[in-house]
Amino acid sequence: MKAALRTEEVTKIYGSENASVIAVDHVSLEILPGEFVALVGPSGSGKTSMLAMLAALLSPTSGKIFIGDEELGRMGEKQRARFRREKLGFTFQANNLVPYLTARENVELMLRLNGQLDKVGKARAQELLDRLGLAERLNNLPSQLSGGQQQRVAIARALVHNPEVVLADEPTAALDTERAFQVVETFANLIHEQNRAGIMVTHDLRMTRYVDKIIQMVDGKIQQVISDPAQIEAVALTGSLVSVSQPVALPDFELASNRIRFSEFAMSAA
Amino acid sequence: MSVYLAFKEVWRNLGRYLLFSLVIALITILVLFIAALAGGLANANKQLIEKLDADLLVYQENVDLQVTSSRLGNQALRELRRIPGVESAGPLGFASATIVFDDSREPLDISMVGVEPGKPGDPALIEGTGLRSRRANDAVIDVSIARQTGLSLGDRFTLRTIQGTEEEYYTLMVVGITDERQYFFQPSIFMPLATWEKIKPQAAPASDQETIYNVLAVQLEQPEQAQAVVRVIAERVAGIEVTDKQTAIEALPGYSAQQSTLNTQQAFTLLIGVLVVGGFFQIQTLQKVAQIGVLKAIGSSSGSVALAVMLQIILVTIIGVGIGALGTLLLSLGLPGNIPIVFTGASVIGALALLLSIGPLGGLVSIRLALRIDPLTAIGLSS
Ligand SMILES: Nc1ncnc2c1ncn2[C@@H]1O[C@H](COP(=O)(O)OP(=O)(O)O)[C@@H](O)[C@H]1O
Ligand SMILES: [Mg+2]
Repeated sequence: MKAALRTEEVTKIYGSENASVIAVDHVSLEILPGEFVALVGPSGSGKTSMLAMLAALLSPTSGKIFIGDEELGRMGEKQRARFRREKLGFTFQANNLVPYLTARENVELMLRLNGQLDKVGKARAQELLDRLGLAERLNNLPSQLSGGQQQRVAIARALVHNPEVVLADEPTAALDTERAFQVVETFANLIHEQNRAGIMVTHDLRMTRYVDKIIQMVDGKIQQVISDPAQIEAVALTGSLVSVSQPVALPDFELASNRIRFSEFAMSAA
Repeated sequence: MSVYLAFKEVWRNLGRYLLFSLVIALITILVLFIAALAGGLANANKQLIEKLDADLLVYQENVDLQVTSSRLGNQALRELRRIPGVESAGPLGFASATIVFDDSREPLDISMVGVEPGKPGDPALIEGTGLRSRRANDAVIDVSIARQTGLSLGDRFTLRTIQGTEEEYYTLMVVGITDERQYFFQPSIFMPLATWEKIKPQAAPASDQETIYNVLAVQLEQPEQAQAVVRVIAERVAGIEVTDKQTAIEALPGYSAQQSTLNTQQAFTLLIGVLVVGGFFQIQTLQKVAQIGVLKAIGSSSGSVALAVMLQIILVTIIGVGIGALGTLLLSLGLPGNIPIVFTGASVIGALALLLSIGPLGGLVSIRLALRIDPLTAIGLSS
């Protein structure tokens, strides 16, 4: 299958010659349509920078990013905005929704931006909101919704215009555990059903329960990629990456060089 | 898109935007009233001269175009009438007097203007026959006098002036009513020059000397040739100064100073308007940085976001100016008549145009800010 998203040796260096930070260091990865990936790693490991580059919000210092057939590096500012509204879906950590638009209007905004606010589009928005349990909340403003409801509206907005790639930045940061699980599960289901490529940045490893792949970044590099369902389940259950190397049931998994409990970093994650 | 976002935001925050429109409305009222006051004061000063049926005014030399200092005699009048291009010329004498009544009506201070019947300066009438002879005790009164005192055609009234140390009383008959012609903050009464000479306040009662008046109103055969005629007049008539009406008006005591004071006040009010609008939308936009970042991140163009801000500014300004104009109208209807405010179409339209521009002008800073907000802020990064 052809990748929905692919990066080649993407690198991001901040700052000047003498005081530079390598935030993302030669990262190459591929995500297929219908695949839901968690991007994890300690604070400062480069997750947000990576996400920003995939979102066409930040230019890599070097390397290439392909989404579908298009290479982001070749686009100008206007093209990027157009690309974001047509090909990408977003949920953000905070301030997700437009405060003066109702739940329904926030979702339909994506269609409006793309000139697709027709009967079909409206029906899609309605259906997504129903699926996300917001049928009773269509005409509420964000301020009248709980954090979980707001995130679910954002998820509907991220999917309603049939984007190729959905990017979620810490979607569960503001939610209690139970809500967080519900939100991520629905998100995963929708991504699978609609055959989108989804990337979720999270510092809560328990949220990886519904993903197909975990990409762990450390110091700007990909430390490991976990795609075995059993291992993913182990990570999600324990909420830590180190524990998966302990059970004898997973002999092929090595983490010897990096015996760090991830949850320690999670406490200080930005 | 921009229209949609702009209007939705205003609609869902109606109170805040309306409050701001009210601030603009107050500024509008202030600006319009200052304009009206400037118009009213100007009128009170210049109305008579402005309405004179003359192309040029002739003053005595070296009096800085001050009417009361200027003294001209028959010589000047005769010489002027002989100048080619001069259609006709009429003497004008100015003085103050008081209309008094033997009933309970309040005395009324007026400008008494001496004119030569049928010559420039003799006013056009709304009703009546007008001044008949050069010596009759006739008067043409300005319509505001008729309104204030109830005098009408054919009525007799008494003028009081001071001559020497005595109060003198003269009775005149209303033979005509003309439109409003204030001079020096007083309504006017027109009378034959000889009658004026007899009645006007003076150190001693009038003798049989030559009549001295203040200025000459000159009508030209071809007003567009004024420049050339002025030159000829200056060559042939000694001891005088010739000017057009506009210059004469600007030389009226206090006129220029008053107008420039009020214009400065108006300019400052407009400037304050620009700053207030600018400040409000700047704060508003600063509060919306995160939100605008998200809008741009999900693919709105910078231009459309900035346009939405501009549309809001324009909307709020139009509504504010509209409310202000309406408020001004209502207020002016409720004001007592003795406040000299005059709303002229031109000055109101000019002021409204300026007021409508304060929004977009003040909003420029926040437009710049909106354009510059980086969508990276949506994911908590700065570039
Ligand atoms: N604008 C910036 N200027 C300089 N350094 C930055 C900037 N943004 C991020 N960094 C640095 O890049 C590294 C990666 O940051 P980030 O992508 O935010 O990682 P994460 O999201 O995993 O915490 C960190 O060391 C951070 O300090
Ligand atoms: Mg981060």
